[in-house]
Order: sequence, then C-alpha cells, then structure tokens
Amino acid sequence: MQKKEKVLPHGGDAPYKKEILLAGFGGQGVLFAGKVLTYCGLLAGKEVSWLPSYGPEMRGGTANCSVCISDDPIGSPLVTKPDLFICMNGPSFDKFIDSVVPGGTVFIDETLVTQEVSRTDVTVYSIPAAALAAENNLSGMSNMILLGKFFKESAEETEMFSMETVKGALEKCVPSTKTHLIEVNIRAIELGRKK
Amino acid sequence: MAGCKSFFGYPITPQTEISAYMAKRMPKEGGVFLQAESEIAAVNMVLGAAAAGVRTMTSSSSPGISLKSEGISYIAGSDLPCVIINVQRGGPGLGGIQPSQADYWQATRALGHGDFHVLVYAPASVQEMVDLVIEAFDRADEYRMPAMLLADGMLGQMMEPVTFPEVKKNVPDKPWATNGHQGKRDHNVANSLFLSPGDLHSKVVRRFEKYKEIEQKLPKAETYKTEDADIIVTAYGAAARIARSAVNMARKEGIKAGLIRPVTLYPFPKEIIRKHTENAKEILCVEMSMGQMVEDVRLSVECKKPVRFYGKTGGLIPEPAEVFEQIKRIEKRIGGAY
Repeated sequence: MQKKEKVLPHGGDAPYKKEILLAGFGGQGVLFAGKVLTYCGLLAGKEVSWLPSYGPEMRGGTANCSVCISDDPIGSPLVTKPDLFICMNGPSFDKFIDSVVPGGTVFIDETLVTQEVSRTDVTVYSIPAAALAAENNLSGMSNMILLGKFFKESAEETEMFSMETVKGALEKCVPSTKTHLIEVNIRAIELGRKK
Repeated sequence: MAGCKSFFGYPITPQTEISAYMAKRMPKEGGVFLQAESEIAAVNMVLGAAAAGVRTMTSSSSPGISLKSEGISYIAGSDLPCVIINVQRGGPGLGGIQPSQADYWQATRALGHGDFHVLVYAPASVQEMVDLVIEAFDRADEYRMPAMLLADGMLGQMMEPVTFPEVKKNVPDKPWATNGHQGKRDHNVANSLFLSPGDLHSKVVRRFEKYKEIEQKLPKAETYKTEDADIIVTAYGAAARIARSAVNMARKEGIKAGLIRPVTLYPFPKEIIRKHTENAKEILCVEMSMGQMVEDVRLSVECKKPVRFYGKTGGLIPEPAEVFEQIKRIEKRIGGAY
C-alpha cells in the first residue's frame, strides 16, 4: 500500500491521493495555510476537503487541520496518517510525528520546534520560518514561509503547487476587504521558496 | 436558495458557521436574520414566522436543540413547516464541542413531548447539506411539519467543493397561513392546544395517517457495492464517509463488503435495507455514538441477520482502518461458516 516516491508524486497509473496535516498554535495561520493548499487542489481540478480541529480559544490553543487532495471522491476527511505533515510548534511535533506514514514528508518550523527527528523513514525539511518572518518584516507570516518551502519541494512534481496556482488560491482565500494582503503573502511564500 | 426568508438562531459551537453565513445572506435576500436572546426564544420566533406562512429555519447544536424541543413540539402540534439544523456535538449535558452522532434517538424518537414525528435528513457531504436543506423545506411545506437536518461537527466545519443550484422563487401557496384575512376569508388559527380529548385524538390520528404516507413515499438511502456483498455496513452522515473508505479497503483485499447509507432517518429506509441485505451474511452498523441507529437496522431486518455495532462517542471519530478491522473480523468468522 505504501508509496515510495518522493514528495507529491504525480503521474503514473496510480490516482493522485495525498493526506496533509498542518498543526501548530491557534493564531499562527494553520487553518489559513490549509485553506490555501485546499484551493490549490480545487483549482487543479482535484477532489478536496478541509477539516479544522481546534479548541474553544481564539488564540494560543492548539489548532490543526486535515487537508485531503485526491483524484477520487474523499471518504473520511479526517487525516490520521498524513503523507505530508506541516508542523509549526513543539507540542504538535510530539503529538503527530509518529503518525506520518513511512516514506512521508515533514516540514518543520525549526524556530519553534526544537526536537530532533529520530525517524529515518521520513524526509524532513526544516527552516526557521518564525525567525525569517521576524527578520524580514513579515510578522505573522511564518505559515506562508513554511508553505513556500513546501511548494518549492513539491512544485517539480506537479503544476498544482506552481506559483500561478498558488496566487489563484490566495485570491480565493483572502477576503475581498483585505486584498492588499495578497502581496505580503506572496512575498512570504517567495522567501520560503528560496530556502 | 431554498426560498428561506427568515433565520432565528443563537450561537453555539460547532454550528455558529451557519448563523454567520445567514447573517450575511438573509439581508441580501430581503429576509430576516435575528440572533435571539436564547434558543427557546429563537424556536418560538420560528413558530411565529411559520404560522405566518414564511419559509423559516433555525439551527443549533445538541444542547441547544434540547432547549428548542418544547418549541419543536408546539410547531409539530400546530402542523407548521420549518427547518431545524442540528450540528451534533458530544453529549450528554454540555458534553464537548467535537463531532458526534449521539442525538439520533432524540431526532427520530423524542424531539419533544407528544405523539409526533419530524422529517429527519442526514447529509454526508457539504453538497448534500445544500441539497437536503432545499428538499427539507419542500417536504416540510408539502406535509406541513418540521424537518430536521441531522449533521455533525465534522460536516459543520469542513470545507469541500459545492455547487449551488439556482435560486428558488416559487414557494407553494399556504392558504392556512395566519397572515391577515383582510375581510376576505375566515380567520386562520395556528394552535396546538386541544382541551377536548376527542378533538386531540382525531387530530393526532390524522397526523399519523400523513406519517403513513410519508413512510411509503419518502425513505431514501444510498447503496454502495451492495449487490454481491457478504458484509454490509450501515452508517449515516460523517460516519458513512468513514465506512465507505473502510469498504473500499476491504474490497481491495477481496472482501465482499458494501455500504447502505440512510439519507432519511425518519422515515427510516427499512425496506431498502431489508432488500439490499437479503443476500448478506452479516451487517455492521457504524456510528459516532454508543449505538442508536443500530436498533432501527435490527428492526429493518427483523432481527433475521446478525447486526453488529462499532462506534466511538464523546467527540472521537472512528478511523477507516478501525472499521476495516471490524469488517475483517466478521469476514474471518463467517468465512468458515459458509
């Protein structure tokens, strides 16, 4: 059952199917980042689902979201064994790192996740997203910086995460009253893509 | 979309997304959005609007639905149409805020005091939430009774692609509505108080004749890979999505599994379940509760086949792999016997 290919294999005979888990603190934009990924899938003509999970707090609690992108209709939208795990804080790392499927890929904000990855059966990409955000006047954009890294490592394989699709997705996700923020988001994604 | 002109609600997780949407939408449609001072006030506003012949709805989550139950009984007792949405969360009491299906009994058996039913629809996708709201309004008007959408926190909060059908303009005539007779007809009365036992008896009996027709005409279920199935899983709503994944896992391993997903919970699709399980050896009912619909499944097959149950409650969601494990266990057991 397990696929051995690298990040986001696309093509071949097997239908495309990826389960993505994004996790961090509430307020970091975990749900928003998931929404952008979901829209990328939608714009690429895939079946998609986005399912948030968070506590009653507005900020500071833990938040995670399940994103499924697939050629086939999506059964359970809840991701319990992610192919791709985007991790934005320490508690989420501890909670979910063992659930990633063997051969899966993990994206880590190493500013906030200080733990070492002991697993050898997953590909790990770490960048100091929160530190980069602070240094580059992109406060609150560490989610997009980490997503930029994700897009970079995935774009070779599929058009779904090309900058063009990503821009289209951002236009769908950013409310019409805040369109000026699209540019900042793109700047953050470009920064992540360079890392 | 469904020609709904008024929404009366009170916030509660995980249902507030509906209120937030309706707050934006209703004014644009020339309708009314009102956040009431309580669930009880909201449901009684629905009663008033329904009596006036307006398409009206409310929504809440489990504890809030309990508060609304008195009003729902009054609405049913007054033969008024409306739509009520329950985005179920864990219970009893204040329970939790994670998805659950523990209000099945409440929705299908006791949504308030007295002898009555409400139509109960169980969507399993965001698209179906849209489609079934329209269906619920239409059938509620047709039969002059409340209709409920029994969703859960997972469906209530997830996003997936959806296509909106065209806006409906034609709401049926309601000659019974209490919207002012202007001296042109006798006045209409919307009332659920009948002090003469004889009057009340015949009123309720007439309502049950209507239910008989509903039980004939409206049951609806989706069947999936049931034709040759030895093991049939029954599940509704979000649990059915999980069960479907599990059925696919089983098929991949050569186990003949199928799925029946009731779309209407009242009227329960007894006949569809009976027919599609005729050749099956065992049935597995999967719910996000301690087992409620399983009783209706047993009644549907008249206890002639073994009906097993698997579920999790309190906000935990069963994983496809766990359901698959249950299917495998059944396959192992029946494998030798046949």
